[in-house]
Amino acid sequence: MIYDLIILGAGPAGLAASIYASYHKLSHLVIGDIIGGTATEAVKIKNWPGTEMISGVELMQKFQYHAEGLGGKIVQAKIAGLKKGEEYFEINTNSENYQAKAILVALGTRRRKMNIPGEDKFLGKGVSYCATCDSMFFKNKTVSVVGGGNSAAMAASLLAEHASKVFLIYRGAELRCEPATVDQLKANSKISIIYNTNVLEVNGDKKVESIILDNDYQDSKILKVDGIFVEIGAMPSSDLLNELGVKLNEQGYVAVDQWGKTNVSGVYAAGDIISNTPGFNQIITASADGATAINAVYKYLKEVRK
Amino acid sequence: MSEITLTDANFKIEVLDSEMAVLADFWAPWCGPCQMVGPIVAAIAKEYEGKIKVGKLNVDENPVTASEYGIMSIPTIKIFKRGKIVEEMVGVQPAIAITQKIDKVLAE
Repeated sequence: MIYDLIILGAGPAGLAASIYASYHKLSHLVIGDIIGGTATEAVKIKNWPGTEMISGVELMQKFQYHAEGLGGKIVQAKIAGLKKGEEYFEINTNSENYQAKAILVALGTRRRKMNIPGEDKFLGKGVSYCATCDSMFFKNKTVSVVGGGNSAAMAASLLAEHASKVFLIYRGAELRCEPATVDQLKANSKISIIYNTNVLEVNGDKKVESIILDNDYQDSKILKVDGIFVEIGAMPSSDLLNELGVKLNEQGYVAVDQWGKTNVSGVYAAGDIISNTPGFNQIITASADGATAINAVYKYLKEVRK
Repeated sequence: MSEITLTDANFKIEVLDSEMAVLADFWAPWCGPCQMVGPIVAAIAKEYEGKIKVGKLNVDENPVTASEYGIMSIPTIKIFKRGKIVEEMVGVQPAIAITQKIDKVLAE
């Protein structure tokens, strides 16, 4: 079957787009590897209008049920390749191939890794990307957090509730998080902030035992820690779009017009992956992007591809 | 069959002494990514009924087992065969990544 539209990504943008696509009577499919996307990592969401507080998992389940209830089909799979054929786009997953007249790219962002020796080897053995999930495993231990933004600050504060010592390591001279948060960190006796420093290596035997810094801290480049939490931001998951010739900005975000249209005919984009509000990463803006793009896709299919 | 609940008390009997291979999902209620793995593991339990036993261990309520297996990150999935760990995966995995590992273990 050839779909009118295939939505790549099943986070807030992709699922909201599916809801709008159903109301526009577009035959469509949503393909994503994590249903709900990065929004599922949010423990408490307090800014989704109409709902005072809800967990990310719960809200995204509501999105999913809403989309499916209207007839949207969601396939859980990782996208392996994208191609523009003579008439249709071809989307390959690791198990099947699909065809569509138009695609909406809502692949979001993924966590930036440090790309240093030991990072992959010790994943789950002291290297973590989720302080909410893993802080309890570091009771009375020494941990480090890498990063200087709000998520790094939140991770450091949370870890200080369990760990005996938290080193917040940042490459810059001044933290990027909100000023009130900086004061809180500085007031916490368990937290020490190490500025102007990068982590070069993660070492240990069966689990993390130390990290290597590029500057001396208390006369040593070796810092003994039991864990390292990586909170250095996110990057757009736009690698697959090169094959289609989709224009990206310098940071790799997809360049779109106000309706979510890219430079390639039939290719639209929405959510955290687009260039309009990079780093804002809100469920409400991603949902709006998804809805807006469907309006443009609908017009394209009606007027250009009738 | 649906998933069984693994605890510090029954881990030896249900997992280590099990004739059948066992997939153990280490999770906790406050962990968002763990909630994503839940339905995937539930579906696997149905699909692989009679081939592999699927269990869930709440690390908060069962710290002894979590610590014994050096769990430092959740979600973590471990596959046990005759009491030994033969596969492990850390973080949210798509269903196919998990079933490929199960198929590999079952084929051995």
